[in-house]
Amino acid sequence: MASGTESAPTAGEYIVHHLAHLTSTGHKQEAVIDWSVFNLDTIFWSLAMGGLAIFLLWRAAAKATSGVPGRFQAAVEILVEMVESQAKSIVHGDRTFIAPVALTVFVWVLFMNAMDFFPVDLFPRIGELFGIHYQRVVPTADLNGTLGMSIGVLLLCIYYNIKIKGAGGWIHELFTAPFGNHPLLYPVNFAMQMIEFTAKTVSHGMRLFGNMYAGELVFMLIALMGSTATVAGFFGHVFAGTLWAIFHILIVVLQAFIFMMLTLVYIGQAHEAH
Amino acid sequence: MNLNATLFAQLTVFFILGWFTMKFVWPPIMTALDDRAQKIADGLAAADKAKTDLAHAEKKASDELRKARESAAEFRTGAEKQATATLEEARVEAGKIIAAAREAAEGEAAAASQRAKEALREHVAQLAVAGAEKILRKEINAQVHADLLSQLKSEL
Repeated sequence: MASGTESAPTAGEYIVHHLAHLTSTGHKQEAVIDWSVFNLDTIFWSLAMGGLAIFLLWRAAAKATSGVPGRFQAAVEILVEMVESQAKSIVHGDRTFIAPVALTVFVWVLFMNAMDFFPVDLFPRIGELFGIHYQRVVPTADLNGTLGMSIGVLLLCIYYNIKIKGAGGWIHELFTAPFGNHPLLYPVNFAMQMIEFTAKTVSHGMRLFGNMYAGELVFMLIALMGSTATVAGFFGHVFAGTLWAIFHILIVVLQAFIFMMLTLVYIGQAHEAH
Repeated sequence: MNLNATLFAQLTVFFILGWFTMKFVWPPIMTALDDRAQKIADGLAAADKAKTDLAHAEKKASDELRKARESAAEFRTGAEKQATATLEEARVEAGKIIAAAREAAEGEAAAASQRAKEALREHVAQLAVAGAEKILRKEINAQVHADLLSQLKSEL
């Protein structure tokens, strides 16, 4: 910590410090939107978790046998069959890309969310040993991470809309659905469609971000209790930390599952004419 | 809560990971699952087939057994009938032989009795002649009365 040598940070400083990203510019991003900045910590942990996720899946796939499966293979198969059955019931059409994407998204988001289970100070402290003063380890608690994925889903929706209905068919649908085919209704329909796509994408990304950000914040507040170095603070930290971590297991898995399901639902909607 | 270019990095990673899974993860696992399902289906079908085959074989075996039993019974009946027929035939034959023997014996006996009678008659005639000769030696010439004597002999 920068202020470590001078004096212990206040609670506010501690939280703010922990919520600061390691940016490519080296200082905190000032503007709300600045396309010249990268959050290096988010990119690193997102890539690491994505790499871990597909490495594990790939290991299971490479050694997959149609004979008696091992436990690891059986676990991955359960996961794959779960995603496959969900995809089959939601998306009516060619699923060669959609189902694998849903599987990837589920495992990837699950792993990124699970970074929350590490002590909030563990990786930032390790980073400080190497001169990295700011680090946030939960990529899904960064709006860029979640919106990046939900925009990916939006692009897939647009792609499948055009693929299934044809460019003309989709544009026709944009102006005639949901209210009907009448010149007076065209602007209303189009506005509704734009709102729908925007709302889907933003809510898709925001839902995951909000949950994980809030979860991370609660972990930080609990860590603050422990940092008081009192008996009450210690036991408060242990008790609340345990409780919240256990509850957070549910949130981590549930949010990953919801993100996957919404991915399938939105892409499935692209397959169906209004 | 700031938006920046991280978003595009995440977007790119999203598609790369999805592509990787589609290419290298999904197909082998689905193949393994489908193959296993096929194997299990084949195994169940084979078990079913074995069961019906067993039932068929059992039915066939019992059919064969029944047939063998029937043919054995038939055989025995035939043999019995034939034995009875042979016995009957033998009995008839024996009866015939006995009858023929009896007839032959009777014929012979009759012939013998006839012969004995003849001999007796001859003898009696001779005795009578001898007696008569003895009686009539003095008064009757045997040559003269031969005709008379033979006539007498034939009347005996």
